[in-house]
Amino acid sequence: MREVDMLTGNVAAAWAARIADVDYIPAYPITPQTEIIETLASWISQGLMKAKLVQLESEHSMLTAAGTASLSGARVFTATSSQGLLYGFEMLYNIAGWRAPLVLVNVSRAVAAPITLEPDHNDVLAARDSGFIQLHAEKCQEVLDLILIAYRVAEDHRVMLPVIVNMDGFYLSFTREPVYIPSKTDVEEFLPPYNPPHPFRAGRPVVKGAAVLGGHIYAYFKHNIHESLLRAGDVFKEAAAGFREVTGRFHSPVEGFLLDDAEYVLVVTNSFTSIARKAVVRLREKGVPAGLVKLVMLRPFPSSDIMEKLRGRKAVAVFDQNISPGLGGVIYNEVAAALYHVKNRPETLLSAIGGVGGKYTTVEEFEHVFHMLMHPEKTQPGKPVFLFRADELAHVQTALRLAGYTGEET
Amino acid sequence: MLVLRAFHKVLGPNVVFVNAAGCLTLLQVYPYTPNKSSWMYTAFASAPAGAQGIRDALDILMEKGRVNSFEDLKVVVVTGDGAAYDIGLQSTSGAIERGLDFYYLVYDNEAYGNTGFQKSGATPYGSATATTPPTERNPTGYTGVKKDLFEIWRSHKPPYIATVAPSHMVDMLRKIETASQFKGPKLFIAFSSCPTGWGFDPSLSVRISRLAVECGIWPLKESVYGKVRHTYIPTVLKPVEEYLRHQNRFRHLFTPRKQETAIASIQEQVNNYWLEAAKNEGFRITVAKPVTIAPP
Repeated sequence: MREVDMLTGNVAAAWAARIADVDYIPAYPITPQTEIIETLASWISQGLMKAKLVQLESEHSMLTAAGTASLSGARVFTATSSQGLLYGFEMLYNIAGWRAPLVLVNVSRAVAAPITLEPDHNDVLAARDSGFIQLHAEKCQEVLDLILIAYRVAEDHRVMLPVIVNMDGFYLSFTREPVYIPSKTDVEEFLPPYNPPHPFRAGRPVVKGAAVLGGHIYAYFKHNIHESLLRAGDVFKEAAAGFREVTGRFHSPVEGFLLDDAEYVLVVTNSFTSIARKAVVRLREKGVPAGLVKLVMLRPFPSSDIMEKLRGRKAVAVFDQNISPGLGGVIYNEVAAALYHVKNRPETLLSAIGGVGGKYTTVEEFEHVFHMLMHPEKTQPGKPVFLFRADELAHVQTALRLAGYTGEET
Repeated sequence: MLVLRAFHKVLGPNVVFVNAAGCLTLLQVYPYTPNKSSWMYTAFASAPAGAQGIRDALDILMEKGRVNSFEDLKVVVVTGDGAAYDIGLQSTSGAIERGLDFYYLVYDNEAYGNTGFQKSGATPYGSATATTPPTERNPTGYTGVKKDLFEIWRSHKPPYIATVAPSHMVDMLRKIETASQFKGPKLFIAFSSCPTGWGFDPSLSVRISRLAVECGIWPLKESVYGKVRHTYIPTVLKPVEEYLRHQNRFRHLFTPRKQETAIASIQEQVNNYWLEAAKNEGFRITVAKPVTIAPP
């Protein structure tokens, strides 16, 4: 095994594309993703990697080229963030409908307005209904591992769907962590070459993206995508087992932490999971039976794994780093739906919204969420709790005061 | 349709057509196709980017030895004017600037025909469309200027650009043949009448096309590495009225009262165009007189 490298999430993503031997990288710059395409461009121009990188004129074009190249038989990698993901949004649905098994890394960044650079998950969760598989990373190592697993799942002929691998901007994209890079032979053993069904070739004409007339044919195709996406859950588990054989590292759609006897459980995703873990450890030290569930896979939504891990718990909170205005947390509602049919479901299901726009969430805030679980009588059922500290409010007020705002209309 | 057949005829069957939303999209309705070549429907705004992905994939896979050169395809973008002049212009601009080796065929019917004939960037001055209806307050219909896509493309310096018309098939076939020698963007704008939107009997299609050329409304020309040459010179221009009066979209210019100023302005634009071209290329042309406008 190679020595461990200190890599940012972005460079880890680039390494994954390199060792997956991708053929084609359509690109377009956007913070905080740009380091990925710059790294790949530099490797290709030095001859370290045999692939074609083309910079398009927008994310919409980038995603279009990504899709058609994938249908032509190339293994395709691309990356974007936030506004870019939304600018190319209609193509996400197309790529899934075309059954183009490419991998798109989304480096999460909150969506304007107001325009900002720091992460939350409104960008990636907006794509949840597109037909992409979604895998969310907590650490830089996971970024690399999940991309490799993503190709194997996407290109499996039982699936044939694209994957978004999500990492948080700044917290992962620009943070160096120890990352093991698997050897080329290990990757070759795990990831067979892409075998595209009916690519565009002379002498074998095909039509792709044909129109349909009538809801019955449209519904037939949509149902096919749904079935394949559900199958992707099992194919992921197979792929993860294969990945463990060659690398020794294990990944599952839903991960538990100190769950065995846990009565109070927090459900989290992405990089803030690491902060939440610390809160769980602190509470355990104080004798509180706290535990944590991390969702790695958001699509297909791992309902049965969630049911199994949360049944019988006293109280559960879902931490959403996103907000669907007028509803609340996106993942909370999905978890609630999954738990509805569980007989001994938790009595309390709390929604906590924090980290929006990259706002840091402290260990103490996560501990506070657990305290609310221990005293549910002080919360309002179904009403989300917004994590916003007094010192943060004071910062806002100071900024307004410095700008001359007195709170009175002039 | 005639133009698409011409492309098929000259380029052969080893072609992938890359399409954006338009009338031709419904040529293939799952699970049928009338084409002997491949077809990729992309999205309204990004057919040239779709062509980029296919071309690049074939190139890198040939380079890596995973596709044989005899499996290679010619990539042809085919869209209407809505995609070419408006929503997909950015994508086309990018593809030309990158030197993508592809053909682009626009079938220009001067409006969004598929959705019921709304105005596009290709709609000419004076045309009635569903979104520029002539009324008492606005008797002219569309009052803007048709974009000069030929010159927009030419500013990108691609190896080959041509305008074609179905009434001049030999000219068209020769141009497709000529274009096939060049590597890089090869761009065609095809006069494509729309009987329902323009309001004339479909049996007159070729005649309308011929009138467009003879009246000087639709110049047939090509640009090779930026040098423009008119491939057919209507030595004595017919008055534009002859072209306009056959179509319902221009009917308001003639009835209930004739809009002399509007018609004269169309004639003047055509005349100026040809006088300039004649000067640049050194040919002789007799323009048609603008209608004399009676003093108020």
